[in-house]
Amino acid sequence: MPSEPPASRARREFLRRSLVAAPALGLFGGAAALGGAHAAAPATAYAPRYFTTAEWAFVQAAVDRLIPADAEGPGALELGVAEFLDRQMDDAYGRGELWYMQGPFHPEAAPTLGYQLRFTPRELYRAGIKAVDDWCGRQHGKPFAELAPDQRDEVLRQLEGGAIELDGVPAKAFFAQLLTNTKEGYFADPMYGGNKGMGSWKMIGFPGARADFMDWSEQPGKPYPLGPVSIKGARA
Amino acid sequence: MKRMPPVDAVIVGFGWTGAIMGMELAEAGLKVLALERGEYRDTSPDFSYPGIVDELAYGIRGMLFQPLARETVTIRHGVNETAVPYRQYGSFLFGNNVGGAGVHWNGQHYRPSPEDLEFASHVRQRYGAKFTPPDMQIQDYGVGYAELEPYLEKFEYLCGTSGRAGNLGGRIQEGGNPFEGPRARDYPNPPMADTYGAQLFADAARERGLHPFPQPSSNASRPYTNPLGVRLGPCNFCGFCERFGCYMYSKAAPQTTILPVLMRRPNFQLRTRSHVLKVNLDAGGRRATGVTYVDAQGEQVEQPAELVIVAAFQMHNVRLMLLSGIGKPYDPASGTGVIGRNYAYQMMSSIAAFYDPDTAINPFIGAGAGGTQIVDDFNSDHFDHGPHGFVGGAYLFGGQTGGRPIQQLAVPPGTPAWGAAWKRAAKQSYLHTTFVGTHGSVMAYRDRYLDLDPTYRDAFGQPLLRITFDWHDNEYRMTRFVTDRAQEVVDAMKPRQSSQTVRQPGDHYDIRQYQTTHTTGGVIMGSDPSTSALNRYLQSWDVPNVFVTGASAFPQNLGYNPTGLIGGLTYWAARAIRETYLKHPGPLVQA
Repeated sequence: MPSEPPASRARREFLRRSLVAAPALGLFGGAAALGGAHAAAPATAYAPRYFTTAEWAFVQAAVDRLIPADAEGPGALELGVAEFLDRQMDDAYGRGELWYMQGPFHPEAAPTLGYQLRFTPRELYRAGIKAVDDWCGRQHGKPFAELAPDQRDEVLRQLEGGAIELDGVPAKAFFAQLLTNTKEGYFADPMYGGNKGMGSWKMIGFPGARADFMDWSEQPGKPYPLGPVSIKGARA
Repeated sequence: MKRMPPVDAVIVGFGWTGAIMGMELAEAGLKVLALERGEYRDTSPDFSYPGIVDELAYGIRGMLFQPLARETVTIRHGVNETAVPYRQYGSFLFGNNVGGAGVHWNGQHYRPSPEDLEFASHVRQRYGAKFTPPDMQIQDYGVGYAELEPYLEKFEYLCGTSGRAGNLGGRIQEGGNPFEGPRARDYPNPPMADTYGAQLFADAARERGLHPFPQPSSNASRPYTNPLGVRLGPCNFCGFCERFGCYMYSKAAPQTTILPVLMRRPNFQLRTRSHVLKVNLDAGGRRATGVTYVDAQGEQVEQPAELVIVAAFQMHNVRLMLLSGIGKPYDPASGTGVIGRNYAYQMMSSIAAFYDPDTAINPFIGAGAGGTQIVDDFNSDHFDHGPHGFVGGAYLFGGQTGGRPIQQLAVPPGTPAWGAAWKRAAKQSYLHTTFVGTHGSVMAYRDRYLDLDPTYRDAFGQPLLRITFDWHDNEYRMTRFVTDRAQEVVDAMKPRQSSQTVRQPGDHYDIRQYQTTHTTGGVIMGSDPSTSALNRYLQSWDVPNVFVTGASAFPQNLGYNPTGLIGGLTYWAARAIRETYLKHPGPLVQA
């Protein structure tokens, strides 16, 4: 991995710690005003509705490493993915209302038979975050959010590979849920709270909600010239 | 129980086949009632721009799909295992509401190959009875291509299908599919323009001596007025097709082809939010008296009818037959019984082709079906299977249906799933990657079937349907063979790099990965009541005033998308009802 400029790292760390320290005060706008090469448009203040202070610190620290900011483009934290996650937790999806949740549950079933845990998404986050923070407390003497970036990466890698045994939660299942939702928030329309300023769409070249290529369908191989629009009509 | 006034025909489920049957029976002058458990949905306002181009809501959370929280299926790999619920969407996607899966399909509109319809006879005749394993239960449909052809055509003209004929009355046409059965007429509309990925694929396929042609697409290539007088508009390659409703009135769906006419018929009525619990039978069990459903208020209602059309999705048809006690349930131990018999699926593989930054694929320019190129050289029995030791096959396809980033962004093999390296790969790959895939058949087997789950129930307390399914050797061999052919084409496309996803021998069926919604069988058609639930007119052998439409009738699965055949079979059955059954109600074929 290429190293990132120190200034960028310092800015991001400030951003994250500000939010960790005082989630309800909405320092995001002030922090973003610091600017820097990859700063997103100023995000509005956001106070989490579902996550507790400790959980909010965790999700910010986690999404910041799952999709970090660097010279290639914006990271998940500055695009508001933590806000996206919190809003999803408070939605029908987070409450498990889109899933069949009748028992009996057979978590021991073959993985190829699909998700068989009794946790709804919001319950999986609650149990998973607590279990990871407990594990980090035992291993490092502090919660996940207070670990250095490379330590957080190492914990995430171990969760991904199932190398950590968590209390009451399968590590791989929790990690898979977190990564899936993080990418959703990064790439979904900005109206869900993530992908602020259509930052991820600009980075990859997706025109968003344009959804009309009548003129370009007969010009194969020619780069598409227009930037993205959002469902609510914003342009970038 | 509340009892409604009787109707001539009641239709259970109001997707593609329910709408076709509704129109046909209303035209015959019957008093027709369709019962749909979902809500009314129409292009405007439900699928209108820009709300519909929301990948998270429709593509990922599945707002147009049946809510699994209320009803799902259970799944196990073998007859001695305990099945567990399909709790989240993965492998296949159930439709919901008016239009059903006909709203969120791609519009990939195929006919079967002639030999697909008499598959067992054809394989036996060409390769001998010992070519297939003893537990493979392939069968004939009981209806041949020549008799079905006018009805396949009727459905294409309803949908405004865009394509290029490969065989007009036996004369092979340049640029079409040379392996297809003869057509009386060309497609109603010319093919759509090819996307760049499809062009790269077709050029490489031609270079290798194969026969690429534009995918037949029920995404209209130009303004079109169908025989009912309903108008479709040209597709604009929006890239939000499968999993979405069409805001352009381009994708054929009941809403864009039939409903504007049918809903105005005075002898037709649709009742939404009406969940059918069972088909009611008389004391002798040989005649249906109507159905019982739960209405929007939760009250049970009896609906008497002279004729019952079971027209829900394939899985739901099988379940309703089991819950109603029509036909003997299939028993895998003895291989006897018919309801639930010959459940089958399809076997897919895909290859991502990664190009350098100077190749602008523009993946977001895509249609559900149009703009894709197809190679049919390795499907059905289009080649000699003798040396290969399997039956069936797949078509190869090149191109993409869209570039929705949550679901359709691919990164090169070896890329970590997250972190800076993943993000860099996503950025570098997105605009410069296209796909080639294979879309393959799955045969029917003695130990693959559907029945009622002993444990899990739906929101109304009725048992869920249980799937017992895993892959067999024939399909592993098929997918290896066709994927090798696809890889040869990809290599000739000269990408910088490619990566293959193919099911290896021993891999279990994985319910987590979307593969296809083309589930088939369980209420199959045929010519022998001991091995089929329906006769060649989709009429129940056991209860002759019950007809069952949809892919539940397929004896095994073919390598094509099923909707073209589903529509054709529905028109074929409707013709038999109109011209024969209504004059002399009773069995159309003597058992």
